[in-house]
Amino acid sequence: MAQLTCRDLKLGYEGRVVAEGLTFSICKGDYLCILGENGSGKSTLAKTILQLNKPLAGSITFAEGLKRNKIGYLPQQTPVQRDFPASVQEIILSGCLNRGGLFPFYSRADQQKVHKIMKQLDIAHLADRCYRELSGGQQQRVLLARALTATQELLLLDEPAAGLDEAGTKELYEIIDKINKEAHITIIMISHDHEAALSYASHILHLGKEHSFFGTTEEYKGGAEK
Amino acid sequence: MSEALQQIGHLLSFPFAMRALIVGILIALCASLLGVTLVLKRMSFIGDGLSHVAFGALAIAMVMQLTNELLLVLPVTILVAILLLRNGRNAKIKGDATLALLAVGSLALGYLIINLFGSGGNVAGDVCTTLFGSTSILTLENTDVWICGIMAALVLLIYVLFYRQIFAVTFDEDFAAATGINTRAYNLLIATVTAIVIVIAMNLVGSLLISALVIFPALAAMRVFKNFKAVILCSAVVGVAAAFLGILLSFMPSPTGKAVPMGATIVAVNLGVFVIFALIGLLKKFTNK
Ligand SMILES: Nc1ncnc2c1ncn2[C@@H]1O[C@H](COP(=O)(O)OP(=O)(O)OP(=O)(O)O)[C@@H](O)[C@H]1O
Ligand SMILES: [Mg+2]
Repeated sequence: MAQLTCRDLKLGYEGRVVAEGLTFSICKGDYLCILGENGSGKSTLAKTILQLNKPLAGSITFAEGLKRNKIGYLPQQTPVQRDFPASVQEIILSGCLNRGGLFPFYSRADQQKVHKIMKQLDIAHLADRCYRELSGGQQQRVLLARALTATQELLLLDEPAAGLDEAGTKELYEIIDKINKEAHITIIMISHDHEAALSYASHILHLGKEHSFFGTTEEYKGGAEK
Repeated sequence: MSEALQQIGHLLSFPFAMRALIVGILIALCASLLGVTLVLKRMSFIGDGLSHVAFGALAIAMVMQLTNELLLVLPVTILVAILLLRNGRNAKIKGDATLALLAVGSLALGYLIINLFGSGGNVAGDVCTTLFGSTSILTLENTDVWICGIMAALVLLIYVLFYRQIFAVTFDEDFAAATGINTRAYNLLIATVTAIVIVIAMNLVGSLLISALVIFPALAAMRVFKNFKAVILCSAVVGVAAAFLGILLSFMPSPTGKAVPMGATIVAVNLGVFVIFALIGLLKKFTNK
């Protein structure tokens, strides 16, 4: 059963259309890669799925059980102002907030989860550092950790490999693959890395100017060879 | 020195001085907690703007001869705060210009109204009081202390209960919204608290100096500390300490023998603390390298 269905979506800003005619659906456990050149509307689509932007037309329906607070998100850009005082740990912990609960402190379980994810992403030693004083790649890892922390059903990543070194990129793909296969978490990843997309994803959405493609990775490969 | 201390001790034995001290500290606590959020949301001047709006509303309330001016001032200020802060980050640029417009507009209108329709004889004195803080803080009654106490407790409670959400919404509103946090509600909450604190704090330092009470402690804390929790705690401590010191100083006899304005003294102490913290921050930077 489809977890998320988009019908005839039209995306844009203030009347200017960026992409239209998007119809696709994903099921629980799918791994969707969104491809397309710069400015084709990938990030806009991500924000629309997350209800940060309104679509110009069309509809998005979520299956029963997929609440907004079960979604993890890695934005493409996070504008953080200079000298914002926030430690790495504080930022990653904020990914736990969507679990709710009235008790105004993070639980021990939350803290353990955060610690585990920090270890996985190799940033445990940065826990008490100030976010603004980290390198670009380190910052990307922190935001990734926050996204993983928030994830319960679906993980939406907007160019997660941006700024990561080669080993980091490889590790990242492995981690995502693992939570997709083992925890059956649905993945939507925006990427410019075609090779990785084709080897990991189960479905591909290619945003193009004239028309967009949606199908399984096999169908996409078949189409590309023609 | 000990003579001065004795004099302060003597002064504090009067209930009016004690009340002023308590109210001043409570207000400073609220303002400095709120300050961290406002500074980080790049809304430092919201306090200034809102207090001008409150001044305009106060002028109208005075002319209408309302028995309790708060009944008009508070709702108007809350409404404006919500309109300005409602969109959070997205309204930043637009918000700035609107704020300036509103602030100057209400200041001018308020002054005009007081002059045209004011009944009291001493217009200049009244205006000066609202702009730079009143001496009425010394004529506070027990109910005023209670109102301030309840406000402070409320703000404190909100910060303890929603500390994590306030962090999330200030740090990255998009992520918070995307993962199902009701950012609109929290923006609304922050706006309302801001308006309430501003209106109450106007009594202490007046509408021109209010920004100082809101921003200085936060900025001072941010010089030295690099994580959110430490900054919030430090800001509260700095705010309270500066208010305490400022009020006591203003009770002391001045060298020229003239009365010392309490609001300006508190702000001056805040400024001093900020300079010290900035120096500590610099020192920390150099010793780390
Ligand atoms: N906030 C905005 N207001 C107006 N137009 C926007 C806004 N954000 C993006 N756009 C426009 O929408 C189009 C699509 O942008 P989008 O960020 O979705 O592209 P993208 O596919 O993610 O590109 P990239 O590969 O560079 O990340 C662009 O032409 C851009 O100019
Ligand atoms: Mg993009």
